[in-house]
Order: sequence, then structure tokens, then C-alpha cells
Amino acid sequence: MVSVDFPAARGAGRVEMEAVVDTGDLPERVAERRPTVVIRASTGWASLNLRELWTYSDLLFILAGREVKLRYKQTGLGVTWVILQPLMASLIFAVMFGRFAKLPSDGHPYALFVFAGVIAWNYFAGVLQRAGNSLITDARLITKVYFPRLAIPLASTFSALIDLGVALGVLAILLVIYQVAPTWRIITLPFFILLAGVSAAGVSLWLSALNVRYRDFVHAMPFLLQVWMFASPVVYATTLVPEKWRYLYGLNPAVAFIEGFRWAILGGSSLTVQMVIVSSAIAVAVFIGGAFFFRRVERGFADNV
Amino acid sequence: MSDLSISIRGISKSYQIARALGVQPYRTLQEEVVALPRKLWKRARGQSDTLETFWALRDVSFDVTKGEVVGLIGRNGAGKSTLLKILSRITDPTSGRADIYGRVGALLEVGTGFHMELTGRENVFLSGAILGMRRSEIAARFDDIVSFAEVQQFIDTPTKRYSSGMFTRLAFAVAAFLEPEILFVDEVLAVGDAAFQKKCLGKMEDVAGQGRTVFFVSHNTQAIRQLCTRCVLLEHGEVAADGPTDETLTVYNQHLRDMRVDAESGVNNPENRRGSGAVRFTAVSVEDLSGAERYAFDMGETVRFRLSYRANQPMRGVAVVVALRSGLSRDMVTSARHVVTERMVEPGSTGTVVVDLPDVYIRPGEYPIYLHLSESVPTKTNYDVLDDLTPPLVIAAGSRRMHDNFDPAQPFGIFSLPSRMTVAQAPVIGRVVAGSTALGRPAEMASTGITTGI
Repeated sequence: MVSVDFPAARGAGRVEMEAVVDTGDLPERVAERRPTVVIRASTGWASLNLRELWTYSDLLFILAGREVKLRYKQTGLGVTWVILQPLMASLIFAVMFGRFAKLPSDGHPYALFVFAGVIAWNYFAGVLQRAGNSLITDARLITKVYFPRLAIPLASTFSALIDLGVALGVLAILLVIYQVAPTWRIITLPFFILLAGVSAAGVSLWLSALNVRYRDFVHAMPFLLQVWMFASPVVYATTLVPEKWRYLYGLNPAVAFIEGFRWAILGGSSLTVQMVIVSSAIAVAVFIGGAFFFRRVERGFADNV
Repeated sequence: MSDLSISIRGISKSYQIARALGVQPYRTLQEEVVALPRKLWKRARGQSDTLETFWALRDVSFDVTKGEVVGLIGRNGAGKSTLLKILSRITDPTSGRADIYGRVGALLEVGTGFHMELTGRENVFLSGAILGMRRSEIAARFDDIVSFAEVQQFIDTPTKRYSSGMFTRLAFAVAAFLEPEILFVDEVLAVGDAAFQKKCLGKMEDVAGQGRTVFFVSHNTQAIRQLCTRCVLLEHGEVAADGPTDETLTVYNQHLRDMRVDAESGVNNPENRRGSGAVRFTAVSVEDLSGAERYAFDMGETVRFRLSYRANQPMRGVAVVVALRSGLSRDMVTSARHVVTERMVEPGSTGTVVVDLPDVYIRPGEYPIYLHLSESVPTKTNYDVLDDLTPPLVIAAGSRRMHDNFDPAQPFGIFSLPSRMTVAQAPVIGRVVAGSTALGRPAEMASTGITTGI
């Protein structure tokens, strides 16, 4: 054993720690100038801080734009996927459920009926799929910079609207082919899109936040979406559901916006005003609850993703 | 104290670490469900979990006033990054409070929010928005950002096709033009080439010069020395020193060395000492010509290294290398190799050599010392290295040549070779300029034909 001796390493003067813990005059200072940001240990429920979210509204749309761009960059068929996917799904449903199973379609051509349902559902499911895993995908952002984390799952709600727009274009062509003219009801379509957006955003706030804590939510997602789709009037009309169960059925917010899409575009549907009100109330409740839940757990995101 | 910028009061942060299972940042729902009965059983019996609390920060308090440039230094795991993450609101403290007065720009990583598939232009807007800028603000600064980054031709090319240098420049440029009132910077200088690092330092000095607050976290003592007037040292999550940069860095270097010498007093510790142990340095000192030990020299002084060693096994000769690294880039700046003897050296014998670096004309700065001991023909086993285990050599401009002080924004190189000026044709000269230095007296030089040089 040889010991190394560095005489210089010993005995040099140490700097005394400056006495900075003088909290005595803090209140006056705070009174003079209010801090822009107060950082504290998180306790319980936090406010939504919508004002801050508003100052980051540009970020929300730039993030949504990024999702759209990334979706179509370096894809062979590009936007064709958005057209093909609902068309193929509708074709399969039309053959299976329309022709073979002869499910009721409220008097509309079944293909048209199911396509309207599929595009509404696809929007909802698309948001859930993207937003559910969005916080994990953007883990690098979350651990490196502060911004309202709500912007990440909410961006998916907006980016999926592009796909919905393309699908509505296809639907317009189908309407021409089937010679179905939309009525005045078409002006209510934006409301049902909004309802779909609020429902999707609300559910995805819950899913994305839970997914940070429990990673197996990703695996549960396809299963959840499949069950949910058949629990919603995508391939069948609500009239198939016994009358006494309709109220319970209406608790599923997807019922109102899917039937709403049909009602607005095709006319005639089994949708009732009560169902719309119940569904809207549920959607708004899920959204507000999700936003508060998200805010409550978001402080731990950087430590957990 | 109305110009307070950051006020930190008793900030602590703890993490739960699963002792038996290793660090597991997240769990699956399945695991939670499976673990629940055991957890309840344990809780019922009053046993605690296997979780261990690790305190990353413990009761940290200090103030930063407006316009101050504060360095935060500490070893890996001392809590520097955690503190920065708390101040930039990425994570929450476990207890304590911090008040921040002004718009914050945090630069914890170069390229935050950049996506490789997107073009430079798209990334500038994305990254700017993530850092908290509005679209209109980014648009207004877009041209400046692009020209600072020098990527004009490639701005519409996906960033995955960028060289790493272009990428880093563009990423830093976005953050640099954020124009926050308070700027947090974490180790950004660890990336990029030396020229770019200097550009970054220069930009940060600009920011500081405009009366804005800069909070700079780094391992790089030289960068901290150049930028910061005040420096805070964190150790094991606590403030170990807080004061003028020089004083804090002295403490830091001291602690670093204490730690290293303790850690490697066993010869075979592979951490800091290399080679087989056949030969070892036993004592090392740096001194001036009078024999006094010191590590700070003026430009032009002679630096003397006194190196003692011991051969534990027969050695085929002995040779030493004295080398200096750059404090900024860690590159070797200069090295000198001397063969002590080419004849066999008996095991158990000791020796001491003195190596002088006469008239060191390297630019002012901090130069970590690298010492190497080997056989006269170096082998892969019989050698010893002391790499940055002593205090670094600090070269100061000295009283004579203040204008040689290193400006990080304008790299002047490492060496200051002797140079000479003769006035071949004198300009027409007038009165003496007020405030001119002794060296800036062209009248005298021209009239007497003095040549200046070092």
C-alpha cells in the first residue's frame, strides 16, 4: 500500500456558508412585489389555471400541428389511409351486419348509416389512442421543460380533427352517390363534433394520466376500445336497445354524438333530446373531473415517466 | 431588496426508492393489485414498506438578486439538476417554497422539443412554443435565430439530416432568443465544439449584461469562473458553500480532491489510478521557483512540478509526462515527456524529479494537470496516471497584460507565443487619449522605436 500525499489538498481555508436563512423580512418583500411564480410542495387538488393554459394556446396548436405533420411524413399512402381505413371498416360492417345479420339502420342505406357511425367513432377512438400514450411519448419534454401538461393530451383532440375532416369529405361523396340530400339539421353537426371532442378529451385526460402511473393501461386500451365500440351504436341503431334501458345506455357519451352525427347528416334517428342532455352532462363531467385529476397528478409526471 | 429575482426557502426533495426491488419508477396495475394484500398485511402488522427515502435536496435556502449571475456547482448526484428542475417547475419540491420574480427561460437540454422528422423551421416554432413563446414572438425573432445558428440554407430540411453541430446551434439559438428575465442553464456547454461553447458562453454573458438573472449549473469550473460572480456549492443535497465564485470553487476543488485522495488511497483502485501498480506516484507538488507550493501563476512565470515515485517491481527505466488539459474542453493542451533513466530500476526504490515549464505563455484560464509515470519505453501495464487529481493550474493575466484576459465570446486560442511589433510607418498622432494604458502609448513607441513583445 502506498499512500499518496497531496500537501496542497489539506488545510486550505474553507468558505463559511453565508447566512441566508433570514425569513424575517420575507413578508415585506412579498408585499413589495408579487412573485410571478410560487413554487411549493403539492398538496391535494390544484386549480386548473386556465389562464396559464391560454397563454400557451399557441403551443397547443403547434403540438397538434406536429402530430398531423408526423402522421403524414414518410408514409407511402399518406392521407389515403385516413380515407381507406373507415371505408374498409364500413364495407366489412355493411356486409357482416347489414347484409348477413340484417341489423336495423333506421331506414337509411346501411352502408351510409354505418359509415357515419364509424367516422364519429374513429375520431373518438383516434383521440384516445393518441392521447392515452402521449405523455409517455413526450416523456423527454416533460422531464426537460415546464409547460401546462394539459396541452399534450388536448393536442390530440385537435389533431384528430384533421382526419375527421377528411372522412367527412368522403361521406359527402357517399351522400352524392346514394343521392341523400342533407337537411337543415346539418348545421347542428359542429355541436356533435364538439360533444365528441369533449367526450374524447375527458376520457383521454384520465387515460393519459393513469398511464403514467400504470403502464399496462396501454395493453388494456385496444380491449377497452373494442368493448366500448360495441357498447355504442356504431354498427347498429339505438332502436335495437330496449326502451327501458335507453336511459342507462345514454350514460355512454359516445351514444349521443354517434347518433347525433347520423341525425345531423342523414336525418331520422332514434336520438332524443333527453339522451343528448344526459350524454352532454356526462361528457362535461368526465372532462372536468379528468382535468382536475390530471392537474392533481401532473406534478408527479416528471418523476414517473 | 426589491430587486429580488429568486428566493429559495427550505426547499427539500425526497424520492422513494424501492430497496429490495431496485429503482422502479412506475408500476403496472397488475403488480399493484397483486401487492395489495401483502401491503395491507404488512401495514396491519405495523411493518414499513421496502421503500427507502432518498433526500435529493435538504433544506436549501438562498436568494438571487436581479442581474446576478450565479453558478451552481457540485458533484454528480449533489442535487444540482433536481434544484433546477424544481425552480423551472418540472417537478415539485417535497417541502419548502421558492418565489420567482419574472419570466423564466429554462435550458435544461439542448434541443428540447425538437423532433428529428420535422424541418428546422417547424422545430424552431415547436421548440419556441414549448419554451413558452407565442407564435408571433417566434416569427419576429425567426431571422435572428436562424442567422445565429448559421443554418439558413437548411432551414427547410428535416433536422435528422443536420450535422450534430447544426442541430446544437439551432437548438441553442431558439433558447438564446427567448429573452427571459431569468435564465436557467444546465450543462448545455457539455455539447458542441469548443467554438460553439464559446459562442454560448458569450451569449449568456450578453444576457447577464442586460441586467437579467442567469442561474448556471455546470461541472465546468472554468466556465463558471468566467461567467459567474457568485457560486453556490451543493453537496449531498445541501448548500456547502455560497459566496464569491473564487472562494466557492476553492472549497469545491478542495472537497473534490479530499474525496479523490480518500477514494484511491488503495493503489489498486481502478477508479482514478490506472496501470498494474508496478510503479506509483507517491507525492506531487506544483511550486514556483522559490520552492513555495502554489497552483496559481501569472502568464510568463515558471511552473515547477516536483514528482516523487516508488517502483514496486523492477522497472525498465522511468519516464514522466507532465501535461495540461484545457479547462473548457478537457483536450490536452501541451505535454512534456522526460526519460529519467533507461536503466533497470530496483524494486522498492524511490525517486524524485523536478520538471520545469519555463515562461508559461498560455492564456489565462484553468488547466487541469495530467501526470503520467511509465517505463522508459511505455508499456500497457507498468504505469501510473494522476489525471486531474491535483488542483488545476490556474494562469492569471498578471498585472502587466490585463487586456489579455480571456473573453469566451472571442476565442483567442490557448497559447500566447512571444510576438514583436515594430512600427514601420507611424501615423499622424495627436494628444494623449484619456484613460489609455501604459501599453497604449503609440506616441512614445513611434518616437523611440521601441519594439514591444512579451
